Amino acid sequence: MSELILDAPEPQEEEMAVGTAVSDDPVARAAALLKERFPDAVSDDPREGYSGLMVDVDKLVEVATALRDDFGFNYLSSVTGVDLLSENKLEAVYHTYSLDQGGDALVLHVQVDRDNPSIPSLVPVWPGADFQEREAWDLIGIHFAGHPDLRRILTWDGFNGHPLRKDWKEPFFEEEKKPFGSRWPDGGVFRAEEKNPFGKNVQYPAGWQPTGNEYDVETDMYLPGETHVVDPGTGIKTDKVTVNIGPQHPSTHGVFRMVVVLDGETVVDLKPVMGYLHRNHEKIGERNTFIQNIPYTDRLDYLSSMSNNHGYVLAVEKLFGMEVTERAEWLRILMVELTRICNHLWALGFLLNDLGALQTPMLYFYLERELILDFFEATAGSRMMCNYMRFGGVAYDLPDDVRGTPTLQFLEELIYGNLPRVLDQGDQLITGNEIVRSRCIGVGVLSREDAIAYSTAGPVLRASGVQYDVRRANPYSFYPHLDFDIPVRFNGDVMDRYDIRMEEMRQSLRILQQVLPHIKATTGQKINSDKPQYALRAPRAGEAYGRVENPKGELGYYITARRREGNPDRYHVRAPSFINLTPLGKMCQGHKVADIVVILGSIDIVLGEVDR
Amino acid sequence: MTKQIGVDSPDMVVPQELQNNVWITNIAKILDPVYNWGRRNSVWPMVFGLACCAIEMICTAASRYDLARFGMEVFRATPRQSDLMIISGTVTKKMVPTIVRLYNQMPEPRYVLAMGACASGGGPFKEGYSVVDGIDKFLPVDVYVPGCPPTPQALINGLIALQEKIDQQSIATVPWYGKGDPTADGVVPIPVLGPDLVDMRQLDIIRQQAAKVEATAAAGPETEAATE
Repeated sequence: MSELILDAPEPQEEEMAVGTAVSDDPVARAAALLKERFPDAVSDDPREGYSGLMVDVDKLVEVATALRDDFGFNYLSSVTGVDLLSENKLEAVYHTYSLDQGGDALVLHVQVDRDNPSIPSLVPVWPGADFQEREAWDLIGIHFAGHPDLRRILTWDGFNGHPLRKDWKEPFFEEEKKPFGSRWPDGGVFRAEEKNPFGKNVQYPAGWQPTGNEYDVETDMYLPGETHVVDPGTGIKTDKVTVNIGPQHPSTHGVFRMVVVLDGETVVDLKPVMGYLHRNHEKIGERNTFIQNIPYTDRLDYLSSMSNNHGYVLAVEKLFGMEVTERAEWLRILMVELTRICNHLWALGFLLNDLGALQTPMLYFYLERELILDFFEATAGSRMMCNYMRFGGVAYDLPDDVRGTPTLQFLEELIYGNLPRVLDQGDQLITGNEIVRSRCIGVGVLSREDAIAYSTAGPVLRASGVQYDVRRANPYSFYPHLDFDIPVRFNGDVMDRYDIRMEEMRQSLRILQQVLPHIKATTGQKINSDKPQYALRAPRAGEAYGRVENPKGELGYYITARRREGNPDRYHVRAPSFINLTPLGKMCQGHKVADIVVILGSIDIVLGEVDR
Repeated sequence: MTKQIGVDSPDMVVPQELQNNVWITNIAKILDPVYNWGRRNSVWPMVFGLACCAIEMICTAASRYDLARFGMEVFRATPRQSDLMIISGTVTKKMVPTIVRLYNQMPEPRYVLAMGACASGGGPFKEGYSVVDGIDKFLPVDVYVPGCPPTPQALINGLIALQEKIDQQSIATVPWYGKGDPTADGVVPIPVLGPDLVDMRQLDIIRQQAAKVEATAAAGPETEAATE
């Protein structure tokens, strides 16, 4: 296997390939065809370091429809906005993929005037744009004309301003860029509260007086419309009941809220309400230096911090054109696949908890998860927030021992012994269980067409019959050299999502078994580049989009930077949990209240990533 | 007429021959150990996960660290049945009205444990626009546990510190049995969401600041004219 690595192609793909590359690249082909069909509306992005196409705002819907129907780019992965303050423009960025052909993203850029930022909504073309456009409206203030329900999503109605605009300042605003002058090099520390007139992290618009109108800002969540249903046979009217589940509810997996309209016990409509854990990841990220963002990515999907690190360092390495040492790549795969098992054990434990198998399966799964966490703690110093990866490598080599056992022996026992055992045990006790099957089969069905249209990713997409995994479709790291299958199921129900996760853990074990010999063989080799990480500056201006197959789905980081800058200019996270929630309402319709909890559990959300 | 002497007064003299048979005390001293022993070993936390720290809280309750050793494994989903609110994660402005409402719904005796850097003071997200810089701006916190996130061992350490705090309380002095119960009328006012989070206790300061802004705005053109 080690000879194979030497012939391996560069793990990083050249971002600039789009537009100039040979025509067998699906992205280049589609871009050329699009330019041919819409000569006036579509052109190459002229800016330095940008790939993709610049699309005229009036033709956006037509271009998107053609892209979806005629060129096979049927999957809208990410929608975000960028504030170009110096040019007085706002930009929307769309990443589209072809699920059948795989490969890189075809990126569409749409620019509008900052004073009147209106862009036609793509929800009619891709329903998966729904939440993402709402987020762009909320945080950047791009108005998506024709969006069915353009409300704020992460902040609340009545919030003052659009916080991700470059001229919007937080209450504790200190400086545009880090490191702050007060902290470095002199290390002067003060409490931000002392400088704020209210002693708290708040600010109000100039001259604002509390009126009383702000008391019921959230009541519009209660859905309007028909208040009763009529039984067709008897003509009896039944009132619909609106029930509010969350944000504090034991089965919402965090601070998540669902407004459910019920007819008796049957769900008529469901709307997710989020933002209860919105922690300004992107605003903070645009102020941080590149390296300072790594620990923040840990806290996105806090169950799989290693995967989050991986996506971020991939994006920055793409931007910087950095190379990763061989041992570091193997270590990364080792960590990421262990994280996947860790995450799926947690997800299945909680899914069973939601099904009513209170705690027992969960406790069994967590015993093995703790072993993985022990390994992470010994290696990275922390159980959950590992902060392990660095640009061009990883932070630390493997430790000599994990809780007294030599590391490699510990890993072998884990990978060949404990983890397969717990999977077999779980399979044996749960997969065939009658109650589990009757609660899961046929519940929360998401059809293949809907799964694609709603931009779902990860196990949710694969359970609906789409065999799409970023590790295979757009390979990164050393995944092309590894032998593993992409599990796929075709019914799109809760049982299939459960099956996919079980199967993925087995595939991860297969990968880990192949990685271990390489870890042994590369012992003592370099794990990091020689460049000091804190002094990194972008060698070129431009954009980069790094994506990995997170346990939850496609995790993407969109980063733009200016030349010689030490901070990202725009930093956006394409969060799989967030986008996988888009079809939740549709999946729950017609099911009972108790099924909502199970369906939500089968999507496997983590609120840190949903709300960022 | 002999002077009335309280039983717990130091002036109370017990005859030599009775000293082995008499134990001078009051009702609180008898009941406190029993009462506190019962409370400290059955602190029921609320099922209330906010963010990353909630995962470590669940791990603490799960098989390996086993909170049942301290009688704390009974996580209640309703505030009405719980004694302890573990603020396990970042408190955001959108969430804090709910948290305060839940705290107000908890019956006394009630305790608050701020788990992790975010709950204690905003943590790494403090500079952000939608994060409350510490739950102690709204609720009285009994124990702070440092860490990001605190390990299960750290959380257990914090819970033991809470037990020690409970041990030192006396039914004679705890506020919630007294006549002038400060918490009865001192229910924390629920903050509301306006253009930013509005703490109802700060309405005066907010109005003063608004008046100041208006005053400078009104004075602004004049002073400019004066300088010209």
